[in-house]
Amino acid sequence: MNEVASQAVERVIASTRQMPGALMPMLHGIQDALGYIPSEAVPPIAEALNLSRAEVHGVVTYYHYFRSEPPGRHVVQICRAESCKAMGSDALWSHACSKLGSDGHGVTKDGAFTVEPVYCLGLCAQSPAMTLDDKVHARVGIEKFDRLLAQSGGAA
Amino acid sequence: MSIKIYVPRDSAALAAGAEEVAAAITAEAAKRGIAIELVRNGSRGLFWLEPMVEVQTGAGRIAYGPVEVEDVVGLFDAGFQVGGMHVLQLGLTEEIAYLKRQERLTFARMGVTDPLSLADYQAHEGYAGLRRALGLPATEIVQQVLDAGLRGRGGAAFPAGIKWKTVAGLKATQKYVVCNADEGDSGTYSDRMTMEGDPFMLIEGMTIAAVATGATQGYVYIRSEYPHAVATMREAIQVAEAGGFLGDNILGSGHGFHLHVRKAAGAYVCGEETAMLESIEGKRGIVRAKPPIPAIQGLFGKPSVINNVITFASVPIILSRGATFYKDYGVGRSRGALPIQLAGNIRFGGLVEKAFGVTLRELMYDYGGGSASGRPIKAVQVGGPLGAYVPESQWDTPLDYEAYAAVGAVVGHGGIVVHDDTADMASLARYAMEFCTIESCGKCTPCRIGSTRGVEVIDRIASGPGEQRPQQIKLLRDLCDTMVHGSLCAMGGMTPFPVLSALDHYPQDFGMTVPDRKAA
Ligand SMILES: Cc1cc2nc3c(=O)[nH]c(=O)nc-3n(C[C@H](O)[C@H](O)[C@H](O)COP(=O)(O)O)c2cc1C
Ligand code: SF4
Ligand code: FES
Repeated sequence: MNEVASQAVERVIASTRQMPGALMPMLHGIQDALGYIPSEAVPPIAEALNLSRAEVHGVVTYYHYFRSEPPGRHVVQICRAESCKAMGSDALWSHACSKLGSDGHGVTKDGAFTVEPVYCLGLCAQSPAMTLDDKVHARVGIEKFDRLLAQSGGAA
Repeated sequence: MSIKIYVPRDSAALAAGAEEVAAAITAEAAKRGIAIELVRNGSRGLFWLEPMVEVQTGAGRIAYGPVEVEDVVGLFDAGFQVGGMHVLQLGLTEEIAYLKRQERLTFARMGVTDPLSLADYQAHEGYAGLRRALGLPATEIVQQVLDAGLRGRGGAAFPAGIKWKTVAGLKATQKYVVCNADEGDSGTYSDRMTMEGDPFMLIEGMTIAAVATGATQGYVYIRSEYPHAVATMREAIQVAEAGGFLGDNILGSGHGFHLHVRKAAGAYVCGEETAMLESIEGKRGIVRAKPPIPAIQGLFGKPSVINNVITFASVPIILSRGATFYKDYGVGRSRGALPIQLAGNIRFGGLVEKAFGVTLRELMYDYGGGSASGRPIKAVQVGGPLGAYVPESQWDTPLDYEAYAAVGAVVGHGGIVVHDDTADMASLARYAMEFCTIESCGKCTPCRIGSTRGVEVIDRIASGPGEQRPQQIKLLRDLCDTMVHGSLCAMGGMTPFPVLSALDHYPQDFGMTVPDRKAA
């Protein structure tokens, strides 16, 4: 963690530590600032909240949303829940993984993409749904996926 | 006078390009020197028409949709800003059959108002419920909720008034009102629409609960998959505070209520109320054993009212119009109306608020227009990933908690996911088990281990030798039985619902020619 990052962590800790049940807002704050929760952030969090490092680590790893590693330059989340399945999201998922060279979990080798599953975006009336760099997209067929990708400046 | 044009800000509209359409309309109006007032309303919930643009005319609001950026110039050419004719014109919004045939009680304002305008909200009956509640003794507020027959909309359908009464009757230094906005079920989005499209309704409902029970602090626990809902709720809370509707002294009544948003982090099981409490407290979202019930020892160990978004959102109209008004809708012990969500392989997917008693067949065909693919509908999952697959023989069962329970199904949060005849029910059953392994909190073995075994057994049924199939199916049934009876919460306890219903109603997808129970 560089100087800038550790200052960001300190700032988030200072602004959230007084909240009741501060850990979740603190972790969100850090991930919002840095894109992930560096392992070096765990000790100062634990200290601020009077928890053990193991407890903090346990919470970080329990929740799917929190990342312990930085994501790729672009993040693709494809809904894999039932409603989107009913409209072909399994094919979309396979297409995205093979096109971007992802195993569906971590970052692609070139660091360009993180492709990950998400279980419902609340856009089930317009399935399949996905997000690309925090923007939501509905009725995403394979063609639309390729177009969105090209527009994002990622591989196409 | 400038012309009022509405472009929804609901994320379902954004996902279909509403932001770009709004920008194009603004730019084109400026180019033509037409003065417009652009309102970013919620969505009416007719999602196949999004982005659905409306213009205010003397005759009422006229809708156009689905509008794409490329349509904007043509719309202006056609004079859409004064209601002009165009191929995308849908006529008066209120007259669109899909909307007109609904019974919008809770969702009456949805898509009509600017979600963040207190003036708009109050012009459409907003805060009439709270004002009425402030003039009543607390016991009478609770009585209204009881008399209305309002049951929890989050899944378990427990009478809301009974929880409120328990909390109201306790003495404590601090009480809480907690809203479960984790909405993890596939096929559901009514909580999201409420928070994005009519957030003051939720705030009002929670405030009424606070006044009725003596709670002074409240939390809305919103899933991280809903960034727009999080942002809109946060903003709405600030607006409500500035307007005197939240804070130390609500509308000069002497009641104080402070509301906070807490963002979840992508764990389905945190929708289970006690796991949610753990999460808000800053811990891993592991389910707590009950008793003690959260009404008695809830958030931070204090008495807490916990309800779903739609449960709270149903309260303002009950208070403003009276319990009898609300109770007169519905059937049996399922009173009022439910914002039903049509999803999956459906032509006209969207929000249909109807009184209880409507049937799946009406919903899927009269509203939904059949499958999106045009193929026959094969199975419908009602009530989220823990809900049963409902076969055609049950599509005429009235939507009613008890009637559904009688056929082994659940109404749940009112999500309806349609699958056409290409669906493979064995693979959907496998998915149900897989979802449980991914999302189990890990506290009990039948759920944690059982679901993993479930995936393996279904794989063996699908690809193993045919002569072993009856035996593997028996194993799967035994496993489901263990999960139903040995799990602490409905995650493990109800995952067998989709699995067994798939097996019972679609045995051919498991390689069985006759239902196995007859075969065995
Ligand atoms: C695994 C699991 C997930 C749940 N998810 C939700 C949810 O996302 N939203 C919700 O309101 N209730 C959910 N529930 C139900 C809650 O535990 C609880 O019954 C509900 O929040 C109470 O509010 P209500 O009485 O207004 O429905 C879930 C239950 C289980 C077992
Ligand atoms: S049934 Fe599953 S999710 Fe529920 S408490 Fe047990 S392990 Fe946790
Ligand atoms: S199931 Fe994919 S958005 Fe809801």
